[in-house]
Amino acid sequence: MSPEKTPILEVSKLVKRFGGFHALDGLSFHVVPGEILGLVGPNGSGKTTAINVISGLYAPDGGEVVFDGASSGGVASHKLVHRGINRTFQVPKPFLSLTVRENIQVALAYGGATGAPSIAELLAEYRLKEVADRPAADLNSAQQKMLDLTRALATRPRLLLLDELAAGLNPAELDWIAGRIKALAATGMAIIVVEHLMGFIEQITDRVIVLNAGKEIFEGTLATAVREPQVIEVFLGGEHAH
Amino acid sequence: MHNASKHLLFILAPLVVVFALLPGVYQNHLLLFNFVIFLILAQGVNIIYGFTGYLPFGYVGFFGAGAYGFAIMVMHLQTPAPLAVLVGGVVAILLGLLLTPLLRLSGAYFAIANLAASLAVLHFVANPALEGITKGPYGVSLTGTFNPTHAYYAAVVVMALTVGAVVYLKNSPFGLALQAVREDAVSASMAGVNIIKMRVIAWLASALVAGLAGGIYAWYVSVFYPDNVFSGEFSIFAIVFALFGGVATITGPIVGVLILYGIYNLIGFTTPQYFQLIYGLLIMGLVLFLPAGLVSLATRRGWHVP
Repeated sequence: MSPEKTPILEVSKLVKRFGGFHALDGLSFHVVPGEILGLVGPNGSGKTTAINVISGLYAPDGGEVVFDGASSGGVASHKLVHRGINRTFQVPKPFLSLTVRENIQVALAYGGATGAPSIAELLAEYRLKEVADRPAADLNSAQQKMLDLTRALATRPRLLLLDELAAGLNPAELDWIAGRIKALAATGMAIIVVEHLMGFIEQITDRVIVLNAGKEIFEGTLATAVREPQVIEVFLGGEHAH
Repeated sequence: MHNASKHLLFILAPLVVVFALLPGVYQNHLLLFNFVIFLILAQGVNIIYGFTGYLPFGYVGFFGAGAYGFAIMVMHLQTPAPLAVLVGGVVAILLGLLLTPLLRLSGAYFAIANLAASLAVLHFVANPALEGITKGPYGVSLTGTFNPTHAYYAAVVVMALTVGAVVYLKNSPFGLALQAVREDAVSASMAGVNIIKMRVIAWLASALVAGLAGGIYAWYVSVFYPDNVFSGEFSIFAIVFALFGGVATITGPIVGVLILYGIYNLIGFTTPQYFQLIYGLLIMGLVLFLPAGLVSLATRRGWHVP
């Protein structure tokens, strides 16, 4: 991380409740352009909720989200897309009856981005060229994940949120996608990665935030995180902590 | 040639020419008129159901609203018929705006709420207390505008515009975005699509189409009761025809109307005693074996069907 850069996203004291359950309970963090930030934590710790709030699917119940200098909490998703935020989904959500090409065309036409990569580039770079004219429903789950990613990239985001993109990929695919993510960050894109695969997180992130019960319990490199007693405790349970 | 131009030239143009010339060679003008009306309504259903995913069981509400919009203008303001038809379309749009909250519902809930809304409009119009405006349950008898020939050609024009609109949806990023919203609204919003705006536009476009058709219907028949123009048969037929042919295509609803409404009239005249049996079996067979409509016979073989 380069401390001199202005954060593109600043989340402060974010609260999101579902009934009586506090999915996010005062979460604060920031990410700067070109940085790859990992969000890790046990199931239910609030990682995906954080992404859903930042991408506008949920309005926050408290706290603030500031993207590129302007408040973005509770703003409709499509407006955030136009401002430069995009994401992938844990379970990819392509437009199943449309072809791969049409899936990307929608994002190119409505994403509001100038200078977005062309369909041909996206298809080639994310290994979808052979299936370009097939309905998205025909793709395997790894291909659907790539389609989800190209749909996001077609809007030329400056902040990209990846929700378990790596889950279900084989080792060769993991290496390859890690390279792609690093290359995107090298262009100045800020990337937040939610992931359970620690090796993958270690390979690509500059910094991780460890969440538990909607709060940050650690911030730093993954190598340091795994030696932190509090982190070990939430991942493995109390008896391993000492 | 662009796909859109091909579709206009090889689908829309022949359809318009055929229906413009048929009255000269075929005597049953009412039947031809009904074909054109159902072509409009089936394409209207296509816009809101095929491209957007909302099944409008109360679609006839817009048709009836258009018919009464026409009738009220003619009865009370002596408006010329073509202008009154446009007012019918505007009335349907206003009703559509009033019903936009229904778009928050999905699936069967939307269908049922839409059906209820169309019944509410029927009973509002048929209320004896409104006799001074709508003639209430006693029905409308329009004098002075009766001109089936002009009404027929007006219907052909609206059919051309409606099919043209579907050609546009089939060939534009706008139509693609509508389908994206239908497939997955959350992903569509993450593609930058304003999903609420898209749904409302499609909803109002399909309302307009039905309202214009209703206005023209009122012009053509000139005498009608609320039950005639709010008959659930209009909704059901339009939906069944569109589904039978295949929605989210240009040709599907056209093929559906020509075949099903053709058969409907054929067996209705020749062997009325078997009519409902044959018709019912046909629709059941379709739902079971060709849920994506007749055009899916071709798409399954890898042929592209516009």
